[in-house]
Amino acid sequence: MFRAGSKKRRGKRVKQKESHQDILLSQSQQNVGKRPGGDRKQTKNKNILAKAVKTIFMLLEIKNLHASAGDKEILKGLNLSVKEGEIHAIMGPNGSGKSTLSAVLSGNPAFTVTQGTVRFKGMDLLSMTPEDRSREGLFLSFQYPVEIPGVSMVNFMRTAINEHRKYRKQEAMNASDFLKLMREKKALVELDNTLAGRSVNEGFSGGEKKRNEIFQMAMLDPVLSILDETDSGLDIDALRIVAQGVNKIHTPQKSCIVITHYQRLLNYIVPDRVHVLYEGRIVKSGDFQLAKDLEKQGYDWVKQELKD
Amino acid sequence: MGKETTYLNLFRNYREVLRQYSAPLMDSKREAAIGLFEKAGFPGPKDEAYRQCRLDALLEIDYGMNLYRLSAPAHPSKVFRCEVPSLSTKLFFVVNDVYYPDPEPQKLPEGVLYGSINAILREHSELMAPYYDRIAGQSADAFAALNTAMAQDGFLLFVPAGVEIEQPLQLIQLFHGEIEQMANRRNLVIIEDGASAKLMICDHSMTQSSCFSNQVTEVFVGKKARLEYYELEMTHPNNARLSNTFIDQQASSSVLVNGITLNNGVSRNNLNLRMLGEQAESMLSGLCLLDSHQFADYHVDVEHVVPQCTSRQLYKYILDDESRGVFAGKVLVHPNAQKTSAYQSNANLCNSSRARMNALPQLEIYADDVKCSHGSATGQIDENALFYMRSRGLSEQEARAMLKFAFVADVIEGIQLIPLKNRIHNLVGKRFRKQMSACAGCDIC
Repeated sequence: MFRAGSKKRRGKRVKQKESHQDILLSQSQQNVGKRPGGDRKQTKNKNILAKAVKTIFMLLEIKNLHASAGDKEILKGLNLSVKEGEIHAIMGPNGSGKSTLSAVLSGNPAFTVTQGTVRFKGMDLLSMTPEDRSREGLFLSFQYPVEIPGVSMVNFMRTAINEHRKYRKQEAMNASDFLKLMREKKALVELDNTLAGRSVNEGFSGGEKKRNEIFQMAMLDPVLSILDETDSGLDIDALRIVAQGVNKIHTPQKSCIVITHYQRLLNYIVPDRVHVLYEGRIVKSGDFQLAKDLEKQGYDWVKQELKD
Repeated sequence: MGKETTYLNLFRNYREVLRQYSAPLMDSKREAAIGLFEKAGFPGPKDEAYRQCRLDALLEIDYGMNLYRLSAPAHPSKVFRCEVPSLSTKLFFVVNDVYYPDPEPQKLPEGVLYGSINAILREHSELMAPYYDRIAGQSADAFAALNTAMAQDGFLLFVPAGVEIEQPLQLIQLFHGEIEQMANRRNLVIIEDGASAKLMICDHSMTQSSCFSNQVTEVFVGKKARLEYYELEMTHPNNARLSNTFIDQQASSSVLVNGITLNNGVSRNNLNLRMLGEQAESMLSGLCLLDSHQFADYHVDVEHVVPQCTSRQLYKYILDDESRGVFAGKVLVHPNAQKTSAYQSNANLCNSSRARMNALPQLEIYADDVKCSHGSATGQIDENALFYMRSRGLSEQEARAMLKFAFVADVIEGIQLIPLKNRIHNLVGKRFRKQMSACAGCDIC
């Protein structure tokens, strides 16, 4: 019999996603933000569940985040916690700060954080450079992937992979292993063979760009992925391919934040939690049902509720 | 006229020495040239062509000149290596302004003349008389005139009609010695009708003293002849290079010029190309990578004298720190040069608020049935691209290096000699990652 919170077992992961979701729902609010197993009384009573609970920890914890672009404050005290294995959806009307959130988390220098903290794997995320965030396992799928003429996809990815490996004190990947990895991951998002030889995103169609983002995500194997409106500009088939790609990459050890306007994508990537971001704050959270309600009724009722 | 007086006195006091050590053909051009130099004087602040290129401080230095033709103790090939891996070249050396005779004769096709310009002009004065100083003599440039007045040696290549030299020829111009010195290097390249050659000229320095290279290269490309002409400068911050290159192109000939400045002090490159025969083609390109207080100035002048010629220019600069760059590209289309195609493109990347770039693209067209275009842009690295790359785990330095590399890739791609292209690729990459010392070409400095 092991003791809850024992450090030895911390690395053990939950196998069944369903089971840990139930556990999360059963967890008390106070427990959020701590490594599980802090409350021994509770774990004693729920001995079986405790096995699972103690291994789940907080991957991302945003507290009272304020951020602005220039003089304009966009995020106004945002709180969000994402545990290992969870998929969160963030929805909200235009201009509510969804993309700003993803930009701030990935370290875009165009935005300044004026207040608040963000902890990622227990580390102070905001003090890290964008490259170190990536190397620690954070990935942003850009809403508008940038075209980089003259830099080939192969060269770009090889450099990225090797910089990640260098960070982990691993040797550079040899060419044949790298090409094998490329082939494998390209197939995942049905990316055209020739695209990899071209310059990064240059001349890619909207759908190809988004698939390319998921391809890069598969290559870099992040623990936390942020998909910023990955569904925008995609036709039904491309949407399915992208979503299936995301699902194939997903494991119970990884988390995902899906930023979207529509429920459409969430039919494929089913979220554990759905949040509504409005005027720089998360104003409402719920389960998948919330996304369905929003799709049906729009955001007005949320706004109305807030007024009341 | 202070600075000019020094050189005028030097010329007059050593007139006999100059005569004694140089070929009569070289000597016969001196009087006219010194007259022109005296009249023009060094370009001042009001001289339009040199307005952005201030050489006053450099001309204050009391340079020594090797008027008595003393040679250095060791053959340069013993102490200097500038190897391009897997590129076998015929190697020639000019140290300061002295051509070094080869220890053993190089195997080149019959009829090809190569080596010391002084020696060849002496030996083949009749053959060379129509060429030597034919273009440079018409130039109003004071530095070109000073070169003609003072030049004593340099490199000459003569490829007779129909002869094609497959193997690239490499000329290494070196500065060597403790004292500050000026070298008036004079080169002459003649590619006769239907002949072809590939020539690569590398400028290096083995000394940290201030050196001034005032060089003139005249190039004649005959009918249906082909020339690939590469220049690479890898010197150091105390080096000044004033280069005048004159190219005359005949009908159906093709010329490729690719000049790369990897490391330098102050460089002014005047490139003058005249298209004198129909259906001639030229591609002129250059790349300047500048940082600290480096300065590079390209003045490219293309003259379309006859109809149906094509010329292209592609010049790129990357400026860091407090470096300065100047590009002045001019295309002049004469009244009867119909069906001319002329393109000029210049793009510059300023990576620091203290770096400065002056671009002066110019078109002067007197014919009415031509296709001409020019474009010039100066900007910064795309911050979005930089962030995108960093968000994938690339360090800022690596991302910047890759973006800079992407920016200059088309100039490097223009190099037709694959081993040289790979070598430049490698050197430029090192330069961007700041892994290159002042002069990476040699093992000793």
